[in-house]
Amino acid sequence: MVSTKEGVSLSDYQDVTGKHVIDELRVIAAHVEGRRLQNINSTAVGGGVAEILTRLVPLLRELGVLATWDVIKGDQNFFEITKAMHNALHGKPENLTPAMLDHYRATTESNLRQMDFHGDVIWVHDPQPAALIARRKQSGRPWVWRCHIDVSTPYKPVWDFLAPYVEQYDAAIFSMPDFARPMHIPQFMVAPSIDPLSDKNRELEPGTVERVLRKHGVDPGRPVLTQISRFDRLKDPLGVIAAYKLVRKRHNCQLVLAGGDAPDDPEGAAVLNEVREAAGTDPNIHVLPLPPFSDLEINALVRGSTIVFQKSIKEGFGLTVSEALWKGKPVIAGAVGGIKLQVINGHTGFLVHSPEGAAQRAMQLLADPGLCRRLGENGRLHVKQNFLLTRQVKDYMLVMLALDHPAKDVVHLN
Amino acid sequence: MKSMNHHEPFHFHTERRLVQLTGRSARTVPELLAILREISGASVFYHTHHLFLSHHFEKPVVYNDFADWVGQALQEDALAERLAAIDLLAFTSIRQLREAVIALMEAHIAAGGARARECPAGDEFHFCKSKSFIMPTGIVAEDPADFFRKVRGITNVSLYFHFLEARLRLERPTNDFSHWLRGRGEAGMADAIDRLDPYVVTLDELKEQITEVGRRHGVN
Repeated sequence: MVSTKEGVSLSDYQDVTGKHVIDELRVIAAHVEGRRLQNINSTAVGGGVAEILTRLVPLLRELGVLATWDVIKGDQNFFEITKAMHNALHGKPENLTPAMLDHYRATTESNLRQMDFHGDVIWVHDPQPAALIARRKQSGRPWVWRCHIDVSTPYKPVWDFLAPYVEQYDAAIFSMPDFARPMHIPQFMVAPSIDPLSDKNRELEPGTVERVLRKHGVDPGRPVLTQISRFDRLKDPLGVIAAYKLVRKRHNCQLVLAGGDAPDDPEGAAVLNEVREAAGTDPNIHVLPLPPFSDLEINALVRGSTIVFQKSIKEGFGLTVSEALWKGKPVIAGAVGGIKLQVINGHTGFLVHSPEGAAQRAMQLLADPGLCRRLGENGRLHVKQNFLLTRQVKDYMLVMLALDHPAKDVVHLN
Repeated sequence: MKSMNHHEPFHFHTERRLVQLTGRSARTVPELLAILREISGASVFYHTHHLFLSHHFEKPVVYNDFADWVGQALQEDALAERLAAIDLLAFTSIRQLREAVIALMEAHIAAGGARARECPAGDEFHFCKSKSFIMPTGIVAEDPADFFRKVRGITNVSLYFHFLEARLRLERPTNDFSHWLRGRGEAGMADAIDRLDPYVVTLDELKEQITEVGRRHGVN
């Protein structure tokens, strides 16, 4: 079981969200108090799911929900298979051989033997542990598949392999309607969220921001364009470099490409090499592969940026967008996936479809600091209302309640 | 809400909503129409009402998802205008509302519209619905004067529930406020609130209009 910090309490969140938000959580919590909510995913560090669970679990516990978090075990081969599965669910043709599928099943079997399924409701995150559903009948409790990725247009052979597992769940949760697909089980929408008090998002002293920029050779006195994301082709880091090169013709700016690696992302190293090659010897491009636990540095890099890119070609939800908006930064982002819920075009940032479009919007923003400020203020408000952790805590408790009343659209509670 | 006797206080409720996905989506008007014929009433209500509870950086021209999608994704402006102009206050059931939306789409298709229009990939219309959890707020009005004092302090979600959701989704004959006031013998105030159109103002503005009804009748 993963041990989570309990150093931050609901009262700390109240300072950010306002009292009414916390009061609302307590009202809902009264209806699910004492229940054991067991989360299961594939990694304790790295990636958005682990980040959120780190804080979500202790908050649920403070509200009286007995939330726990377990991580499945797998070797490198298993995580390479599930990475290929992840890409295939995003639509990329990936040939999963019978031997690979056998290894997936064998790893699942091994985890089934080792894990203790103690939850009153069991929340399985993403495809890696999805086949654990084999234990559902034995447990006799509701199982929920919390899918953080877009499975709307998957590579069919891989979905055909996964679907028989998924259809055994009592419900599925997707981050947005576009990610779902017709299934025989109830599907709920719960957008992911950011933690405003985490090292990645909390307020920082200006001196800290400047120190981090200088540490990485970034000049705080000149415009900084930044993309924070894993080194993943779907995040289009090469497109960001192409956009930067266009902007650079008019503005004396710098580019930061920073991101961490997760243990379940073996493809990252290859992409990092491609990025370094494209950056060449340009001293104004800073490629920063950051180790785990670099959240404070990422926070400082974003706060020290003038504009933040998230030029994804395909995206799960793209929480780095909300992280930048929360810091009052205008965001230029690919019009894909969950980004479309976060970047309200022209209000919190700009949606683009090409490196040229990204460059044109960046030049517009660099020429108009007032516009930068307005978009940043709107962005922070938008995140406060929709994408903070407290909203996700509320939605998860509502899903627990929904499982009690599967047939009703309107549920009266006392 | 139960039928009320003359002395029953008004219990303000609120709701928490969870969006439920149907997994069904449309790329054209005929596809939208086909799904609309079979989808649950909860989905029709969701797509014609949920935007009233959202924050907007600019006041929207259209609160109706069907109209918005037909205009934005399909560029079918005439149909979008007609869908946006549907008078939600004219209906007392989701069934009637659904039929009105269907009739407009059928007429559009019959007139030769939407033959070839298909939305760009990624802009499909996804049918959703909401699962609502109704809870008491703990705020209780003992009499009409107390009601008008307390209605000022309720949240927009509570107002939405008693005014929009109660009338159309739960198919009550009127909004909860008018129903209760009428039961207390205050037909004038009940009728005045019943005449308010919640679809042309924001929820904050609606709350102010309700408060004004009380002022005009000298009870607050």
